[in-house]
This record gives sequence, C-alpha cells and structure tokens, in this order.
Amino acid sequence: MTTDTLDMTGLMDMITVGFVLNGRPTALAVTPLTTLRSALREHLHLHATKAGCGQGGCGSCTVLVDGASTLSCLLPLALVQGRRVTTLEGIGTAAKLHPLQAAFHDHFAAQCGFCSPGMIVAAKALLDRNPKPSRDEIALALSGNLCRCTGYVPIIDAVEDAAGRMRRS
Amino acid sequence: MKALGIVGQSVKRRDGLGHVTGQTQYVDDVYYPEMLWLAMVRSPVARGRIRRVDTARAAAFPGVATIVTAADVPNNWYTILGLIGVGPPDEPVLAHEEVMYVGEPICAVVAESEEIAREAASLVELDIEAQEPVLDLEYAISPDAPAIKKWGNNTFMYDGYTHRKLRYGDIEAGFAQADYIVEGTYSLAPIEHVPIETHGCVARPEPDGRLTVHTNTQALYFTLDNTAIILNMPSNRLRMIGGTVGGGFGGKVDVIAEPVTCIAAIKTGRPVKWRWTREEEFRFSSTRAGVKMEYRDGVTKDGHIVARRVRSLQDAGAYHRHSPYGAQKHMANVPGPYNIPNVSADIYCVYTNHQPASAMRGFGVTEASFAIEVQMDRIAHALGMDPWELRLLNAYRNGQTKAVRKTVEDATLIETLKAAAELAGHQLPDRFRAMHSNDLLSGT
Repeated sequence: MTTDTLDMTGLMDMITVGFVLNGRPTALAVTPLTTLRSALREHLHLHATKAGCGQGGCGSCTVLVDGASTLSCLLPLALVQGRRVTTLEGIGTAAKLHPLQAAFHDHFAAQCGFCSPGMIVAAKALLDRNPKPSRDEIALALSGNLCRCTGYVPIIDAVEDAAGRMRRS
Repeated sequence: MKALGIVGQSVKRRDGLGHVTGQTQYVDDVYYPEMLWLAMVRSPVARGRIRRVDTARAAAFPGVATIVTAADVPNNWYTILGLIGVGPPDEPVLAHEEVMYVGEPICAVVAESEEIAREAASLVELDIEAQEPVLDLEYAISPDAPAIKKWGNNTFMYDGYTHRKLRYGDIEAGFAQADYIVEGTYSLAPIEHVPIETHGCVARPEPDGRLTVHTNTQALYFTLDNTAIILNMPSNRLRMIGGTVGGGFGGKVDVIAEPVTCIAAIKTGRPVKWRWTREEEFRFSSTRAGVKMEYRDGVTKDGHIVARRVRSLQDAGAYHRHSPYGAQKHMANVPGPYNIPNVSADIYCVYTNHQPASAMRGFGVTEASFAIEVQMDRIAHALGMDPWELRLLNAYRNGQTKAVRKTVEDATLIETLKAAAELAGHQLPDRFRAMHSNDLLSGT
C-alpha cells in the first residue's frame, strides 16, 4: 500500500493526551497512532524503557499503567489518558535504589542489561500485589520478559531476595 | 600482592548500576537535534540481476533528505576479515549489479522521521531479474550448480583449494586396524542470535570534518578499520563510541550498520540514526552457519579410535563474513579432545543464496563437538562400552600430538570427566579413576 491509495485522513492530526508520569502530571501532543513507548523514548527521552521488538514479544518495554505490568510498545498513548504511568526512572535511581534494583545489582541479574528495566518493572508489579511470591510465581510473572543472555536464575534469585528485603523494611 | 587481592572475591559490575536504573546508554538511546532516520531498501529475491533501481518517487516523498546508493560508497566491495588477509573482497556495502540473498541492502532512504523513511523506502522501484537461487549445500558444490561467486565456483578458496584439507597419519592403515566402523551424518540448521537490542548506529558529522559514530558493534576496532576502508577516510576522522551492546553473542561483529549510516551523515551533513526492526534482525542479520557433517570412525574392540574421516559442508550463505575462519576452526577441532592417530578431513566453506552466516559463540567448534560427542555415544553403544570409559580412554594426554601438529599442553578432559562422574554419582572403575592428563609425561 502506498500513500496514493492509503486514506491518511486523521492519521496526522495531533491529539493531546494527559496522564500522570512517574508522579508528575504530563501532557503530550502526538499523532493518534503514537505508542506509549515511542512517546516515552522519542518525545520525552526517558530511555530506560527499551525498544526490543515492537511486537509485544520481548517485554523490554514493560511499564506500569495504574500499577499493572504493561507492554508500552503495543499501547497507543491515547489509551493512558488520565491514568498513572510508571517507568523504571520512577521506581528508583542510582542514588536511591529500589530494593529490586539493589538486588539485581547484588545478584548479577543484569548481563548485557538491555532486558533489565523491563524485568525490574514486571517484578515490581508482581511484588506490589504479592509480597511473598514463590519462585514459580516469579518465573510466571516474568514469563513475558526475555533475557537472551539467559540469566534467568540470578534474576529469580534477585526478585526473591528483593521481596525479602521489602518485607523486612 | 594487593593488586591481586580481588582474585577469589565477588565484585560488583562497573556498569551494574547503569543497567538496573536504565541509565546505561545503548545506541538507540542516542538522540541528536535535527537527527535524520534511515530505512533500508532490501532485495525481495534470493538471487537476481539488478536491472534498474528507480528512486525518483521515494526521493520526491515529503520529508526525504537523500537516498544513499552504491554510487555513494567510496569502496563498495569489502570483506570484514580482509584486515587479516581473507579475500577477495566479495560483498558490496550496497548491491548494484546483483543480489545474493533475500534482504540484501540495495539503497538507503534517509528522512526526517523513521516513519517517513520506511514509507518512502516502499516507493523505491526495483527491477530485478530473478534467478534460480542456490540453496542446497550438496547442490552448491556439484558441477550442476551455477557459480554464484565471481571466482567461478561456490566455495571459499583455501590456498587454491576448494576446501581445507587435514591429513594426519595414514588413514587407510588406521581403518585397516579397526574392528568396527561407526558412521554418522549430522545436519544443523542456521541459528539466529536474537539479541534483544537490534543492530543500530548513529553517525553525526562534526564541524572539524570528523564523524562521531555511536555503534553497538561487538568489534569496535574491526568496525573502525573496515569503516575507514569503505569510506576511504583516515581512521582518525572516525570517533567510534561503542562497548555497550544489548546482546551480541557473535551476531554484532559484521560492520553492517556503520558504513551506510556514516555515508548518510556525510551526504546530508546531519546526524543520522539507523535501527533495525526485529524482522530485519531475524531475517537478514548473520546467523550461525548451517552445517552438514559426515563422520566415519574406525574403532578397535578395546575402544581405541584409530581412524577418523570427516567431510563437512559449512553454509556461509551469500558472503564470506567470518565463515572462512569458522570453517578453518571447524577443521582444527575435528578430532575433538580425543587422541586419534589417523585423521583425514575435508572441510568446505560453501556459498549459497541464504542470508550470510558469520560468528556465533564458538562457531565451527561447537558444531564439530556436537557431531563428535554423538559419535562417542554411538561408538560406546556399538562396543557395549561405558561412554564415560570410552571418553577417558581416548582423551588427550599432555605431550600427545594433535592432528593439526600441535603438542597437547593443556589437557583437562580426564580431570573434568572424573569430577563430572562424581557429581553425577557415576562409579568409575579404579583404573579409570587413576587416569590423569599427565599420564604420559609422568611415565605412569
């Protein structure tokens, strides 16, 4: 299909979407098909959310929408109107690590590091609803996140350890 | 000794905090103001002659800055390992005479956004006369196959030969000593690395005439040198920034994104980003080579492998890349970690119209190891012998000579097998437990 035959009506019109990003009210004008992922990466330059496949297959773009683990590459930005979006930047920083980040660091749960943001965000969604998951429950919660360096065991170790740290604190 | 105090301790990764906070900068995290985006027009056929590439409609599409074709590439023909003497250069940066695999780059559309670049790329009109592709390894080396390489056949030429030959001992005498012949044919499909981060590059022209190049190559200096050669530019004009790779596994050593991105940046005078789609990564990036291996082993009834003949075809796909080297490593590893006094091997690096193969984690070696270890189990089964004991009996001892005429100095198989047997709860007889890699040197 080329531009000669494709009906482009409305596709380039800008829409404005308002949402709460990492606790801050945010408004962004985008074309209607702009995904949450490209809004984060290309418009707002929050690069922790990674672009791995663009097809919902790898989990590296995982963010929280109203606390739920969500693939930002498949979600049009328009659908987060009025909702709370949390990226890894909103979970912790090097100066103030979230227990999951500290545990991933301590357990060598990041190898090339590219899947780590999505893993940590997905793990946070799990621990927020289940503070004491079994290893099977952790594996299930992370089953949509691929680590091609195949470091899954240290990742599960890290999430288990982080859950313990969070319960004790 | 304080400097070595780190040995035996667990230390944190230097880049760990960046990884767990998402602040490590990968190539796709680099954005410059006024940055253009690149999309590649690729061959739709596995083999064909390019009659015409019409870029007029694409060039006229609103937002398109330029289109890079083969005519823009100063040294279009290259081969990555030309740096270490592999040749001849057999791969064009951008195809202009013929295409050799589905997905081969033909021209690059550079535009104000990634969407515009991709849309305009779909408007480039290709007139390609499709030819019957050569896809089967045995067919490729048969007299019936058309020669797809310019030198007139479909194999890499090793010192004038169509294949690497390994000849050690007296293969016929070895087979004459054998009580059993154990044969196996092993075929492995190509394997894609599937890094979660696809190939990418950002190139930015600097006012002083240099280029700043952000790349996720695994081989920064290979990339620097090859890009300088392709651009016909002194390497001190290329400031390559790399070292952060979102998964490579050997798949990112091919200097495949940087040259075209650099040329686009030079041609437009603006920063340019090229990031591959998942589909491009899967279908068009290098793979581990597919391989067909034929093994024929002569074995005595007490379990000694006395002769091995191997014929192996490595599918390089359309171009050299790292495959001539991989096939050579394959040859060196045909005996595996076992002492075999008579070896004959013919290893072919074969060209087909598949997507090119290249490096991947021990390429050439792991394929041989698979065939060898299945052979070991088959031999053990044929002899009614414990497969652990067969391996220990034939394992290299230090001081023996390998088929490639190197003296064994670092044998560890016996110790490794004994430790593995203990972990697995497998009881080895005393005479096997008494074996050591230094048996021959210590005279025991």
